[in-house]
Amino acid sequence: MNGRYWLAMSILASLPITLLFCGCETVGDVGAEVGRATGVLTDSEAESVKRGAQAVDKTFQDLTPEQEYYIGRAVAATVFQSYPPLDRPEANAYLNLLGQSLAIFSNRPETFGGYHFVLLDSDEINAFAAPGGLILVTRGMIRCCQNEDELAAVLAHEICHVTMKHGLGAIKQGRLTEAFTIIGAETAKQLGGEELAALTEEFEGSVGDVVKTLTVGGYSRKQELRADAGAVEILRRAGYPETAIVTMLQRMDERLSHSGGLGFAKTHPSASSRLESLRGDVVDTGLPLNTVRQQRFAAAMQSIIAGQ
Amino acid sequence: MRIRVVAVLLAICAGTALAGTLNVQVRNAKVRATPSQLGKVVADVAYGASVQTGTLQNGWYPVTLPNGVTGWLHESTLTKKKIAMSAGTGDAATGVSSDETSLAGFGFNEQVENKMKADGKLDYTWVDRMSKFVVDPAQIEAFRAQGSLQGGAQ
Repeated sequence: MNGRYWLAMSILASLPITLLFCGCETVGDVGAEVGRATGVLTDSEAESVKRGAQAVDKTFQDLTPEQEYYIGRAVAATVFQSYPPLDRPEANAYLNLLGQSLAIFSNRPETFGGYHFVLLDSDEINAFAAPGGLILVTRGMIRCCQNEDELAAVLAHEICHVTMKHGLGAIKQGRLTEAFTIIGAETAKQLGGEELAALTEEFEGSVGDVVKTLTVGGYSRKQELRADAGAVEILRRAGYPETAIVTMLQRMDERLSHSGGLGFAKTHPSASSRLESLRGDVVDTGLPLNTVRQQRFAAAMQSIIAGQ
Repeated sequence: MRIRVVAVLLAICAGTALAGTLNVQVRNAKVRATPSQLGKVVADVAYGASVQTGTLQNGWYPVTLPNGVTGWLHESTLTKKKIAMSAGTGDAATGVSSDETSLAGFGFNEQVENKMKADGKLDYTWVDRMSKFVVDPAQIEAFRAQGSLQGGAQ
């Protein structure tokens, strides 16, 4: 045990602490710090290298809840351009009561701005989950549900798209790298005009990516099946019969076969393949339909279903 | 002796890493009396606030607020990142490097949304309207009781 041994041990022991204090998270960070320390890079060059490396390393998972919230707001505003909201206070109040009472049982019960739900004035069978928790449900989808339990299954599925960040995942990586580079260039101050314009452009592009996926391309089959499995879990935790998702999918399959491939049929895997995937996950408790839930669903949604 | 000194130093560093200060990353986190979304709300904590936390248990942190109030926060409401509030909020942080902030003042934020509005690109009227569809915990409790919903397992 000599002095050199203890010096080496001290350096090794302090490495994680050094990295912790200098905030180095990437190889790019380390390179920049080494470059700065050895005089190869000036302070500003080292910062630039570090920012670039960090931006490339970042993905949609690095978007903060606040950023997700602002993307979600713009996504919802964009969807409203094609699918106008339905201004029916009582029906929307019921939808929010049901939706928010389900969201608390999700894996992400609290988002930056919370979960909010609204009906859309469209006969298309469809529903959209904007990042952050803004969930939009068409009149056509409400008509597809025969009771509260089935509507709960639809909302639980959409809530899972939010908790699993499927919308954010649709944003092209190149846009995020650009955005994080711009963001990384600024510290605690407001963006200047040029940076703001550039960032707004990336923002618009990101929102466009999400909207396109929601309304045209659809999520991947794997994402849809995960949202179904997550919905079963929410129904179970909240006390709704898990079989509601099965009966809802069966009816949807029947209705969509007459819809000519619009809406949900265009953006989702077939109901029969979703049912196949759920087999074994759903427990049938055999309880009869709860009449109070049935009555309150009918009272709130009757006029929507009737198309008034 | 040397071994003991190194061991003590490492223990101190490890203790610091687990010190248990986390930051609220949602606009308004609800501190609950019990680790459940159906637990009574004992306090609200604003975005960016720091709270002392204990060990994570089934998705919930026991927390102590600066005013001494104790309760539970869901893990999804908290982050390790420090949050630098945006300029003009009265909370503006200085000297916080960009890689340790949660970007409250930067990125896809209110400033960008305001530019979208100013450029006439999007109408946020209904987005603002639906964001006001808020349900309080008592309403959820009554809704669940009325519908004989007996779940509650997390």
